[in-house]
Amino acid sequence: MTAVIELRDVSKVYGTGATEVHALVSVDLVVEEGELVAVMGPSGSGKSTLLTIAGTLEDATSGDVRIAGSDVSGMSRNDRARLRRRSIGYIFQDFNLLAGLTAVENVALPLELDGINMKTARRAARSALKQMDIEELADRFPDELSGGERQRTAIARSIVGDRNVLLADEPTGALDSVNGEAVMRLLREACKRGIAGVVVTHDAQLASWADRVVFLRDGHVVDETAPVPGPESLLA
Amino acid sequence: MSIRHSLLALLSEGPKYGLRLREEFEARTGDVWPLNVGQVYTTLQRLERDGLVESHAGEDASPQKAYRITDEGRAELSQWLRTPPDATAPPRDELVIKVLVALTVPGIDVQELVQVHRRHLIEAMQQYTRVKAEAADDEIGLALVVDAELFRLDATVRWLDAVSARVKRRPPTAAPPAPAKAPAKAKAKSNVEVKA
Repeated sequence: MTAVIELRDVSKVYGTGATEVHALVSVDLVVEEGELVAVMGPSGSGKSTLLTIAGTLEDATSGDVRIAGSDVSGMSRNDRARLRRRSIGYIFQDFNLLAGLTAVENVALPLELDGINMKTARRAARSALKQMDIEELADRFPDELSGGERQRTAIARSIVGDRNVLLADEPTGALDSVNGEAVMRLLREACKRGIAGVVVTHDAQLASWADRVVFLRDGHVVDETAPVPGPESLLA
Repeated sequence: MSIRHSLLALLSEGPKYGLRLREEFEARTGDVWPLNVGQVYTTLQRLERDGLVESHAGEDASPQKAYRITDEGRAELSQWLRTPPDATAPPRDELVIKVLVALTVPGIDVQELVQVHRRHLIEAMQQYTRVKAEAADDEIGLALVVDAELFRLDATVRWLDAVSARVKRRPPTAAPPAPAKAPAKAKAKSNVEVKA
């Protein structure tokens, strides 16, 4: 297995002096290809900071961050932006789809922004929508889609092309439990196809779809679950 | 789980033999509740005694008896389905007691203790979710049984989250004093005073 997301001894401090806040303290987190990890913790525990650092949207104050084999700390802004466009997919609670673009245009957008021609980008976008079982909705606008369909579109956008990192912040927060489960099932399947995924959530049912659950408290990783045994253990 | 009423439900579809009832019971509860043949026949005998089912000899001179639900059995089943389960049980949950005890024991890190139980619960939830993830789309009985267990475990995890938050916000002066000094009553009183 290849480590795709590597955070080693990562700390993040906001502010200075009396207003100093230690959002992350010596955090180690390694996520391998094909693995889905859930990060759980109460509000203010550092979950979202961890996600933004893994997504190269913010710098760590100290420690090493490697994403898809590249050392992020030594990268220029442009190189980071390219890494984000090519390797990292984000999923947000409120979908963040552009209202003026159809589903397929939304999904193709990251590729087109990266200079890939429209025809190739749209073909890849349709393929990603097909993986989410909503290929037939490709030409609809976001306001013509249900909440679950919008989130499937957002997942398609996060995995389109050759992305190998998927970062999700409370991805099912706006959905009912059955639609939320469908989203987690799709995320799990996307990761099994070779993506390293991190889902930040405070919802234990969603976290239980992950291969591993890491617990954050006050910026520290305090615990993590053991590998999941087979279902026969439930009947023992 | 009421085996008695589950058997009535299966018989409401038509007459069945005891062995078939066992197979269908297990299949429809996602094979999560294994049932032995003895339980099935004992329950059927009681149902017959109470007039809720009646038996008759099987076809083809089979030694097995087939069972049929009576009108009284249908009425009983309908009544049972609509009767709310007892949700007013007093809070004597083992985990609740452990946490309450931990609050009073000197030297116990309640947050760490809560985390041990939280991890244990979520590991159990991961196993149930794995069962659901690998189940076929038409296994609705299994999905419903697993959902019920997941929601139950989830409720306990949420309660532990509430414990963590309340313990974190507890004023330092409300922490239990060293043992052997203040008696329990005095401690409770001091808590009230701090809040006021």
